[in-house]
Amino acid sequence: MSSTLLSAQGLTVRFGGLTALNGLDFHLERGELVGLIGPNGSGKTTFFNALTGLYRPSAGRVQLGADDITGLSPQRVYRAGITRTFQRLRLALSLSVFDNLMIGNHRRLDAGLLGNVLHRARLRADIERNVEQARQLLRRFSAPLAARLFDPVAQLPMIDRRRVEVCRALISDPRILLLDEPSAGMTQEETRALMDDLLATRSEHPELAMVLIEHEMGVIERVSDRCVVLNYGEKIAEGSYRQVADDSRVRSAYLGED
Amino acid sequence: MSKRAARIDIALALAALAGCALFTGLFLRAEAQWEIAVLAVLLAATLYAAGRSGVAARLEATGAAHPRAASLAAGAAMLLLVALLHSSHFALLMMATVALFATACMGLTLQFGYAGITNFAGAAFFGIGGYTTAVLATHTGVPHLLVLLAGGAMAGLIGSLLILPILRTRGHYAALVTIAFAVLFKTFLEVNDALGGPQGLKVPGLELFGWAFNRRIPLGEDREISFFASYAALSIVLALLAYSLVKRVERSWLGLSLDAVRVDETAAACFGIDIARWKILAFTLGNFLVGLAGGIYAMMLGYIAPTSFTFGDSLIMVSIVILGGLGNPLGVIPAALLVVVLPEKLQLIQEYRFLLFAVVVMLILVFRPDGLLPRRMREYFAGWKRA
Repeated sequence: MSSTLLSAQGLTVRFGGLTALNGLDFHLERGELVGLIGPNGSGKTTFFNALTGLYRPSAGRVQLGADDITGLSPQRVYRAGITRTFQRLRLALSLSVFDNLMIGNHRRLDAGLLGNVLHRARLRADIERNVEQARQLLRRFSAPLAARLFDPVAQLPMIDRRRVEVCRALISDPRILLLDEPSAGMTQEETRALMDDLLATRSEHPELAMVLIEHEMGVIERVSDRCVVLNYGEKIAEGSYRQVADDSRVRSAYLGED
Repeated sequence: MSKRAARIDIALALAALAGCALFTGLFLRAEAQWEIAVLAVLLAATLYAAGRSGVAARLEATGAAHPRAASLAAGAAMLLLVALLHSSHFALLMMATVALFATACMGLTLQFGYAGITNFAGAAFFGIGGYTTAVLATHTGVPHLLVLLAGGAMAGLIGSLLILPILRTRGHYAALVTIAFAVLFKTFLEVNDALGGPQGLKVPGLELFGWAFNRRIPLGEDREISFFASYAALSIVLALLAYSLVKRVERSWLGLSLDAVRVDETAAACFGIDIARWKILAFTLGNFLVGLAGGIYAMMLGYIAPTSFTFGDSLIMVSIVILGGLGNPLGVIPAALLVVVLPEKLQLIQEYRFLLFAVVVMLILVFRPDGLLPRRMREYFAGWKRA
């Protein structure tokens, strides 16, 4: 059995006359961490949006395991086991850390009207179970953050908000985690701390595959197994960090060298 | 928390409850214009001070720690007030009206406060409940309990059809569609002869489990218990049940899903939350409560007409929700008391009430956007933070 988890063939996204993503071929193996790099506007976030159902691909196919997931709704992509974070955080700031994590755990929650309104004792047991699960997950990232489980996210510093967003994407035990520039707006030390947490998560979940969009080349070099470089919506290079960093097209497009 | 502190909290809560009941009684009985004005200012100032100083939050926390006892105590206090005011028609009518408007506004809280659907047709759904009740009670022998439920169900059903075109849109389209519906509803009633046209319809009095609400109950020689007393008691019980329902929704995965939809539809969709499903649920359930309250209101007044359910009345309901505190079903109770009773009692503002409420809503949105009693963080069950 092949270990390819996700594959995209000829994935294309057009907005009117603009081609944001042009015939991208992409594959992701079980347990792999792929760094996705490229200048601003090169189609990285568009790729994530096309995978997660926020954009409908104009052409091409996406396959998750044996299933064709091309053009599925965001809800069904999530249920298939793909979760993501957003470049500009999309947390519910007025809600507690716990509530935000539970939004990520939606597929496991009882959404029935009667169960929620009438069977309060059962609901309470379910909630208590989830509190424990959320606390354990947070503790792996930061013990002080786990102690703030019931605080509103609005009161947290940037690094903790990022952690909450990553945990929201992790709590449902996805097969693939898409990270859209998690270092944006953070200091180098904060980024390093978050990457340490991600590496620890990887060693605990060896099956979990990740795609990481990142501008900091140092980060990519440190954590990724393989790199894919986009420019103007097309893949211009692929391989180990050293291979793509030495590629002349990558250097001219992205690293600003000639 | 120590036992002593808990006991002080409970004593404080009981004192506050007694204060609320006393105030409601005084406010409803007051007749001199200056008394009413002073009491209204006192209520607004007390709520503001209690909100700013944290006393309100502490009281609400006490209530949240003992939800059932708090509801029962509040209900008992209000029913006691009904008993004390037993012969005063107008005060009881006002009490019932406040309780019914509060119930309707709890429905709007589900929609506006949780799911984020602005509903500017509250009075229209109130009217759908009223007209459904009028027609069924007049022309059929269906038991009135079912008639009232049918009024709520009809409001919920029409609402769920109305929301379909809104589901694919974002932003303020819900507001536009509901405004259009509110205007259309009144016009429809005015030209519809089967529903009495502009003259409206007579509505039979309520009869539940063999008890005719409009029956006169003599009390001694020349006094009697007002028939509004039964309606007031029923409305208070309904408001309590609605409060309990809305709070249970809020303190569950349902409330969380609705909040997720309101705050960020894109993020919610990426975590499997079906936006349309939750909007339909909140809108339908909310309108059911509005329609149910409207049905009782119609039976209590005995007569309904299109002019009772105008766009202006819908705005009144929205202003109650905003004044009370968006997303806090408790806040709509004092807000409904102010907004419903004040113009009836204070002749000075009767003519200008829409202008006045518009100004009040603007001031609230600018200076205290969370309302008089701001919504608190979700506590899934009593003793939540010790979980």
